[in-house]
Amino acid sequence: MSAPRKFLKGNEAVVYGALAAGCRCYFGYPITPQNDIPELMSSEMVKAGGQFVQAESEVGAANMLLGAAACGVRAFTSSSSPGVSLMQEAISYMAGSELPGVIVNMVRGGPGLGDIGSSQGDYFQAVKGGGHGDYRCYVLGPATCQEAYDHMIEAFDVAYAWRVPVMILGDAILGQMKEPVTTWTPEVNADAGKDWRLEGAKGRPERLLKSLFLEDGALAGHNAKLQARYRDMQALARLETVDVDDADLVIVAFGTIGRIARSAASQLRKQGYKVGVARPVTLFPFPTPQLQALAVPGRRFLTIEQNCGQMVEDVRLALAGKAEVAFHGHLPGNLPNPDDFIQPILDALAAKA
Amino acid sequence: MTTIDLAALQQEGYTEVAGLPQVLADRPMHYCPGCHHGIAHRLVAEVLEELGQVERTICVSSIGCSVFIYNYMHLDTVEAPHGRAAAVATGVKRARPDAFVFTYQGDGDLASIGLAESMHCANRGEKLAIVFINNTVYGMTGGQMAPTTLPGQKTTTSPGGRCASTEGLPLKMAEIMAGLGGVAYSARAATTSLKRIVEAKKAIKAAFQCQLDGRGFGFVELLSACPTNWRMTPLQANERVEKELIPYFPLGVFKDDANDPACSVPGGES
Ligand SMILES: Cc1ncc(C[n+]2csc(CCOP(=O)(O)OP(=O)(O)O)c2C)c(N)n1
Ligand code: SF4
Repeated sequence: MSAPRKFLKGNEAVVYGALAAGCRCYFGYPITPQNDIPELMSSEMVKAGGQFVQAESEVGAANMLLGAAACGVRAFTSSSSPGVSLMQEAISYMAGSELPGVIVNMVRGGPGLGDIGSSQGDYFQAVKGGGHGDYRCYVLGPATCQEAYDHMIEAFDVAYAWRVPVMILGDAILGQMKEPVTTWTPEVNADAGKDWRLEGAKGRPERLLKSLFLEDGALAGHNAKLQARYRDMQALARLETVDVDDADLVIVAFGTIGRIARSAASQLRKQGYKVGVARPVTLFPFPTPQLQALAVPGRRFLTIEQNCGQMVEDVRLALAGKAEVAFHGHLPGNLPNPDDFIQPILDALAAKA
Repeated sequence: MTTIDLAALQQEGYTEVAGLPQVLADRPMHYCPGCHHGIAHRLVAEVLEELGQVERTICVSSIGCSVFIYNYMHLDTVEAPHGRAAAVATGVKRARPDAFVFTYQGDGDLASIGLAESMHCANRGEKLAIVFINNTVYGMTGGQMAPTTLPGQKTTTSPGGRCASTEGLPLKMAEIMAGLGGVAYSARAATTSLKRIVEAKKAIKAAFQCQLDGRGFGFVELLSACPTNWRMTPLQANERVEKELIPYFPLGVFKDDANDPACSVPGGES
């Protein structure tokens, strides 16, 4: 199969990635900066023979996703921060009912209505559960339009393999920037979900997908099963590293900020500073073992995020006192560029204990 | 927990005049004595069998006393969050257009928290059906005021009786649904007597038939007794449906596009 290259916005890459992955239902509600997704889906999904519904709200969209996922049909929804807050109820129910939904969050600034510019302020919400109850989503943090495409394909595979909701945590920069993307079409396992999906009980006992467990001990057993799954998913954790081998300072940053940090680090390398970058690609499971492996004596870490300090908590937990972790927060409401990170990096390098 | 030993009864000379629909589980229900949920379940079961839909049905259960409908029906079922059954059912029907899809919801579920999802699903004309149980109260959570609570009705959150000027008037869902474009059929029935039960079954069947005919959304509201939260005996509760509920919530068919040649889609389900 040929691999055509297309010049796509991040939002568009999400759409084409989903279609390549065999997604056949999309449910959404407009919110900037992800409107390209429902707009493009309204024609592309229909052309692909699937279903597009502009829901009455994000609450509606996420619950439509829940319904389609219960049928074992590849489906997704997308939104941006305030909309994703509204989706949390359904995401919690999907986690509790072991349903494989895919949710894209092109994060904008908050709290509240905030602004429509880029932010990483939804990190906690994405990786710590977000809705009620003890659960996790598999969370990917794409940094490029190519990754936006590839991660959509991965999202459906992981969602079905593990029966968990998957969240793509992008941001306004990723959604709006345009890059060449090599498109590809994966093998889709049509049997995924065959043993649990709803299709009518013809010729077999009925099936039930639910998150209510009232009998004594039943919920405890269910939660134990889910937690074991989340532990096993640790095997999927990924960390991308650049120039870390001899680094005095490793910058930990995810998504588009990871990419901007990389530009800053390479500028500094040229000036002789030994700076590397570690970019968590999976945000849950967090690449704890991979980060720990980087914590050699004397090396320091600097977490850079476009928020007031969220992932830095996971980085500190991962390094558990093995290394010093400084933090630089680029406040949402300002568009970052590599130069913004130079001084914070130099400060972190200079703050030798 | 005894179930009826049919063979033994037949040996004693009894004849079975009405058996258990096969789709209904042979299991005692958890509903309070005199609750009408059980009657409604049975009617839904009979209609599904008569329409030959059991094997391709996907049921969307909701929140409230009826959340356990899946314990009583041999149907593929997904449980929806409070009020969201119509949105979940939309996802189910869009994902599996070949399935027969219905939701089963109470008044707190459908008319309060889920009003937007319910009305938009209906207005889009989703090809699915909703069975709506109106017992004028939140049953499961202990008898709080519902959007359907009658003026003056005392509940645990309207101890002085529902006051129209501060709490509004009851929502008449069957009429509201009838006013929406995508709705093919909307009716209200009750389950207080044999005669009414027969009419209720007809209404459920007609609401379900819309989906089979590809006409769109079918809605049936069933006035239902909640003796426990009405603080009444089953008989008093049944009587209350007749004397208080029916005058406020008139029974009947509020929309049926099968009577409207412009709306009917020939050729069955699309
Ligand atoms: C988001 C949310 N809010 C509140 C509840 C609590 N709750 C459970 S059942 C119910 C009311 C159900 O009433 P109704 O739909 O009339 O059904 P009934 O029990 O009368 O059959 C409520 C408020 C919930 N489960 N979820
Ligand atoms: S509380 Fe009311 S609605 Fe619930 S089972 Fe009892 S009688 Fe039925």
